[in-house]
Amino acid sequence: MSGYWAGILAILAINIIFAYGIFITAAAGQLNLGGAGFMAIGAHAAAVLGEQLGWTPAQTVPAAVAITACVGIAIAFPVLRTRGVYMVLATFAFAQVVTGVILTQPALGGAMGLVVTEYVDLPVLLLAAAGTTLLAFWLMATRFGLALRALHDDELVSTLMGVPARAMQVGAFAIGAGLTGLAGGLYAHHFSFVEAQYFNPLLSIYVLLFVLIGGTQTAWGPLVGATFFTLVPELLRVGGSWRYVVFGAIIVAMMMFRPEGIVTRSLVDRLFSRRRPAPDAG
Amino acid sequence: MLLDVADLEVRYGRTHAVRGVSLSVAPGEVVTVLGANGAGKSSLLKALAGAVRPAAGRIWLAGQDITALAAPDRVRQGLVLVPEGRQILVSLSVRENLLMGAYCRRDAEVGRDIDAIYDRFPNLAARRDMPASVLSGGEQQMLAISRALLARPKLMMLDEPSLGLSPLLVSRLFGLIGELNREGLAILLVEQNTRMALRAASRGYVMELGRVVLDGPAEKLANNDALAAAYLGGH
Repeated sequence: MSGYWAGILAILAINIIFAYGIFITAAAGQLNLGGAGFMAIGAHAAAVLGEQLGWTPAQTVPAAVAITACVGIAIAFPVLRTRGVYMVLATFAFAQVVTGVILTQPALGGAMGLVVTEYVDLPVLLLAAAGTTLLAFWLMATRFGLALRALHDDELVSTLMGVPARAMQVGAFAIGAGLTGLAGGLYAHHFSFVEAQYFNPLLSIYVLLFVLIGGTQTAWGPLVGATFFTLVPELLRVGGSWRYVVFGAIIVAMMMFRPEGIVTRSLVDRLFSRRRPAPDAG
Repeated sequence: MLLDVADLEVRYGRTHAVRGVSLSVAPGEVVTVLGANGAGKSSLLKALAGAVRPAAGRIWLAGQDITALAAPDRVRQGLVLVPEGRQILVSLSVRENLLMGAYCRRDAEVGRDIDAIYDRFPNLAARRDMPASVLSGGEQQMLAISRALLARPKLMMLDEPSLGLSPLLVSRLFGLIGELNREGLAILLVEQNTRMALRAASRGYVMELGRVVLDGPAEKLANNDALAAAYLGGH
């Protein structure tokens, strides 16, 4: 495999994990535009623990997941008091605070960034992406996943059915943040360098787009969305600078023709349940 | 009494929606709460279900004080609310909506209970794997009530279930309410369809601006001139 495609695959694996982190909360109806902030926490946690304490990636990456998940729980309580566009703004502001703190703290790399010496190779990234995908599919098939989808539809009705709404939302936020931390930790160890500037608002916007354009109704959405957004710009590379124009047009077209995302529940049903009788047979 | 409510108050900021309401429902009884828009009926039911925290007052279910319990715990105790406007979960399938009704149950009989619902409502059975959003208004109301039944309630509260249904479906709905009641379910029914509600209920309360202004046996309320002038006039 050429170095070029290995690089693309590494980005793809990290994007898939990152997208599932945002998806878990989006499935419950909460939009997190602070993805880059959570990923920055995971990446810098792994970098600092590895460089300052000499931990191996087998220790730093789980620690990065745990730290980011704890930050997710702490941030969930104030953020979940907000609704709709205000939640989007609150998570966005959180990410800005995170990068702001990193930039002012030399111990965290400041504006110079941190070199990460321990290297994690591509197969580990692919394995982690596959594991995350399976975890997301499993979660969405459980009672917890059903409750998240019910909360997405109607919080009041879900509560009246006995769903502890706040606990579920905080749980989703914690799992989502943990996965973003995983993406960050793996990013740090694979690319051997982290700097706050990489975790900018554009990254948060992109990952939210992966999820929304992929579709939030099923666990297929983030996988398809992240793959699409990672590979299509590369495939359009032959078009030179026109590729951004074409790519933008594709995004607008998708939002017009598939507002619920590329993969919807009815599409999955049509693809996978051939046993169902034709509508006129009943 | 199955449900006892004493001096319940609900406030939203400066709005005083429910002002000192006391009422009771006996086991196996159908009780209706009548009143115009804005009388505080929905706020009352939401406070009983735990979706809104009352400012004052006490609620007992089967003798146990549930005032401090959160909504999910009240469902576990056997108190369910079918909210106004049917409120089905539109991106879930019919079957998943029913499963959500049994969310608080851990027993092995959920599947059997869902099959019983399918027997009772063949329309729901035929659409079990379709998104609930494809159901007609009447089917959605049946789904909302079925979903509440799956919680195995002792007392079911219905908020304006006849709203937006055709006359034929309204009579079918009240037929179902009577059927469920004969099976032993106690029902607290909030309605604007005063005639039908008083026919289904044994007792009624009339609310006005957050207060109970009249209560008594259903036949007596149906023959009350003041009530007839206020709510039945013109029919």
